[in-house]
Amino acid sequence: MHMQPELLQEARRQAEICNACRYCEGYCSVFPALHAERAFADGDLTQLANLCHNCRGCYYACQYTAPHEFALNLPAALAEVRQDSWQAHAWPRGFARLFDRAGLAMMVLLVLGFAGLFALSQMLRPESGHGFYAYMSHGVMVAIFVPAFFLPLCALAVSLRAFWRTVGGGAVTLSALVQALQSAGQMRNLKGGHGDGCNFEAEDRFSHARRHCHQAVLVGFLLCFAATGSATLMHYLFGLEAPYGPLSLPKLLGVPGGILLCCGAAGMVWLKLRADRTLGAVAYWGGEMAFVLLLFLVAASGLVLWAATGTSAVAVLLPLHLGAVLSFFLLTPYSKMAHGFYRMAALLRDALRKDPGMR
Amino acid sequence: MLKRNEQYDVVVIGGGNAALCAAMTAARTGARVLILESAPKAYRGGNSRHTRNFRCMHGGPLGPLVESYSEEEYFADLMKVTGGKTDEHLARLAIRSSEECLPWMIEHGVRFQPSLSGTLSLARTNAFFLGGGKSLVNAYYRTAARLGVEVQYEAEVTHLELDGNRVAHIDYRKDGQARRVTPSSVVVASGGFQADTDWLARAWGPAAKNFLIRGTPYNRGLVLADLLEQGVEQVGDPTQCHAVAIDGRAPKFDGGIVTRLDCVPFSIVVNKDAERFYDEGEDVWPKRYAIWGRLVAAQPDQVGYVIIDAKSLNLFMPSVFPPIAANTLEELADKMGLPPAKLRATVEGFNAACGDTSAFHPTELDGVTTQGLTPPKTNWARPISEPPFYGYSLRTGVTFTYLGLKVDEKAQCSIHDTKINNLWAAGETMAGSILGQGYLAGFGMTIGTVFGRIAGKEAAAHAYAT
Ligand SMILES: Cc1cc2nc3c(=O)[nH]c(=O)nc-3n(C[C@H](O)[C@H](O)[C@H](O)COP(=O)(O)OP(=O)(O)OC[C@H]3O[C@@H](n4cnc5c(N)ncnc54)[C@H](O)[C@@H]3O)c2cc1C
Ligand code: SF4
Ligand code: SF4
Repeated sequence: MHMQPELLQEARRQAEICNACRYCEGYCSVFPALHAERAFADGDLTQLANLCHNCRGCYYACQYTAPHEFALNLPAALAEVRQDSWQAHAWPRGFARLFDRAGLAMMVLLVLGFAGLFALSQMLRPESGHGFYAYMSHGVMVAIFVPAFFLPLCALAVSLRAFWRTVGGGAVTLSALVQALQSAGQMRNLKGGHGDGCNFEAEDRFSHARRHCHQAVLVGFLLCFAATGSATLMHYLFGLEAPYGPLSLPKLLGVPGGILLCCGAAGMVWLKLRADRTLGAVAYWGGEMAFVLLLFLVAASGLVLWAATGTSAVAVLLPLHLGAVLSFFLLTPYSKMAHGFYRMAALLRDALRKDPGMR
Repeated sequence: MLKRNEQYDVVVIGGGNAALCAAMTAARTGARVLILESAPKAYRGGNSRHTRNFRCMHGGPLGPLVESYSEEEYFADLMKVTGGKTDEHLARLAIRSSEECLPWMIEHGVRFQPSLSGTLSLARTNAFFLGGGKSLVNAYYRTAARLGVEVQYEAEVTHLELDGNRVAHIDYRKDGQARRVTPSSVVVASGGFQADTDWLARAWGPAAKNFLIRGTPYNRGLVLADLLEQGVEQVGDPTQCHAVAIDGRAPKFDGGIVTRLDCVPFSIVVNKDAERFYDEGEDVWPKRYAIWGRLVAAQPDQVGYVIIDAKSLNLFMPSVFPPIAANTLEELADKMGLPPAKLRATVEGFNAACGDTSAFHPTELDGVTTQGLTPPKTNWARPISEPPFYGYSLRTGVTFTYLGLKVDEKAQCSIHDTKINNLWAAGETMAGSILGQGYLAGFGMTIGTVFGRIAGKEAAAHAYAT
């Protein structure tokens, strides 16, 4: 695994200053983990970087930020290492470059996906079929989306295995897993240690805006996912085919999920526009923004598609929505979406560090 | 400009903890308050931005504080470090008020955290700010803004015009221009004078030019000098300061907490001639780092060199700069600019005087001492024998000066034995009224908070009365 030495060195320099200071100990799980070390190996820094969620509390609290000669900017230093670590662990290797051009990759995939699916739906238009299946048969959808879903997950699994070795994770315990899931589920760290939230969009003012937006995105995403899952079950187990009525399980889950995801993503865009870019990985700002916009598109096109059921607009909306979903799935290991997986791994690693049974 | 300025009820000079406490308190009564802070926004907050905790009396568990810490115990701790040179009345006032300060601080935006790793000994007595002093300062500026306090940065006060027993106006510089403001009341909270090394040198002699200043470069004592020159009552003398031994590679100003070095008890310390000069193991480091500031100041070129070996490297808190490392003592001496043969002789002499080290205990006075050595090392005396050898340089780091304005329990200043009608002082600039010498960790913020609040309240009340 080759990570960029100058990024690691800069993070190391800053971590050593923090280790002598410790004032930020209570903000998040980065600091207790940091203070448990005396020297920082590359793997340690990679772990710290993935524990950090860029809340910036430690930046605005730091007495050593520029113009001070120590020039502390821990959120940025860790963001650079974090981004680099995803890239270094990406698999297959050749796809790592996608991170550098995330925005472009999403656009291209989106256009190709839309065009391809549109052409497909025109050419292979089923003889019969209701609703969406009037445009594309169930079989074709499955043939495209099952691999598009599972292949990226397999790629991620390979990456995460390598990541786990880098950060020195060992055997996983159940209690550590439970702990890690709990802190991820509550986004405990985004509360900023004192429960006032983080500093993101308005300098040193604390707010819960980012946590709430992120929570909306996550819950919205999971609801949409559950909607798809429930539809699949209904299709195969009960032979109930789409379209489903407004009071069916897929709709009850999917509509609120889509709305939440839209709102959360829109909020994220707004926050990102207001926040200081130099406290993150500057070169990847555009790619992250593109990712949030793609999320928004997935949700919004899904909602519009639902509203347009039965109209001729479906001919265009369906490929658009499916194209967005396809781009989103395919880029999961090589876009901001990967952060969720790496972050879970880092939380798990941290829970193991604290697990008395493991010492 | 002048017209508009005349509308201020209270002008607070300084932008650190004491100033902000005064400003918020005054503003809460409805007063129009202006803060004049000489630093730019990025460096606002003086020494307060470097702090980490405040010492607080409490009758039972309070916020982050465990158990209890009574007035008597607090006062006794204070008397120990000041050798009795304490104004009992004002000290007890500060101690007693500290308990109500903690909830007040929370209410004004400060957040606390459990005592930091490595500082367990303070968990009962000192409440730690989450994020440290800069986050406290940030929170106070936000609250102050909400309360309508105006702030001017890069506004350096140069002169307070005294007209009998009242301040007539304040002169300050901003954007290269001389400005004037004529408020009803004035609170001085502009810290000590330690950043003016010429002033330090006048008091200490030329050696002071080699001192490092741990905190802000903006506390140059301009207002203090101006007031003392006009006969405002002073307390303390300019040689009194809190100075500790810190890493000699620290920046001249603003190095803050990270430049501290906790390895002296496990070391030998030599001067530039490679000679030892004091018992490195006299007591645990938190009780000794202040006297080492003075010890180092008395050595040639005001510098010391700490020498440890491999077995001690992990016994103390990490510090900001890595040690200088070498496989032989000669190589280390070379790298540190010490006479190699002399350093070897000193280390060998020390090693020969070490006895049984089996009782060595890094966190307790273990009585592992040297025999027949001058000066002796009376605890933690283990031979310096395991390469690699490590070295740090030590210099005197000044935290703050004690010379200040004399105030009463209302934080009010006097001139020729009469009160100055509209002048109050808070924080470091009047701390000498309470402490004659010595220092107790976390008491600086207590003084600033308690007397800042008193000064703000009195200043606002005066403004309404006139
Ligand atoms: C590294 C370090 C760590 C410390 N840690 C602690 C701790 O943990 N707990 C504790 O209790 N104490 C600590 N202290 C001591 C503590 O910093 C002081 O006691 C306290 O901050 C004093 O507050 P103050 O408001 O009086 O002064 P400061 O916070 O120093 O504020 C003085 C202000 O006045 C401004 N000023 C100066 N001259 C002028 C002028 N002419 N015109 C306008 N403005 C001016 C300055 O810019 C500054 O904003 C520490 C000190 C240092 C250096
Ligand atoms: S970010 Fe700054 S204040 Fe926080 S621990 Fe690091 S050096 Fe200290
Ligand atoms: S940015 Fe937030 S999460 Fe990251 S290290 Fe700083 S305080 Fe922790």
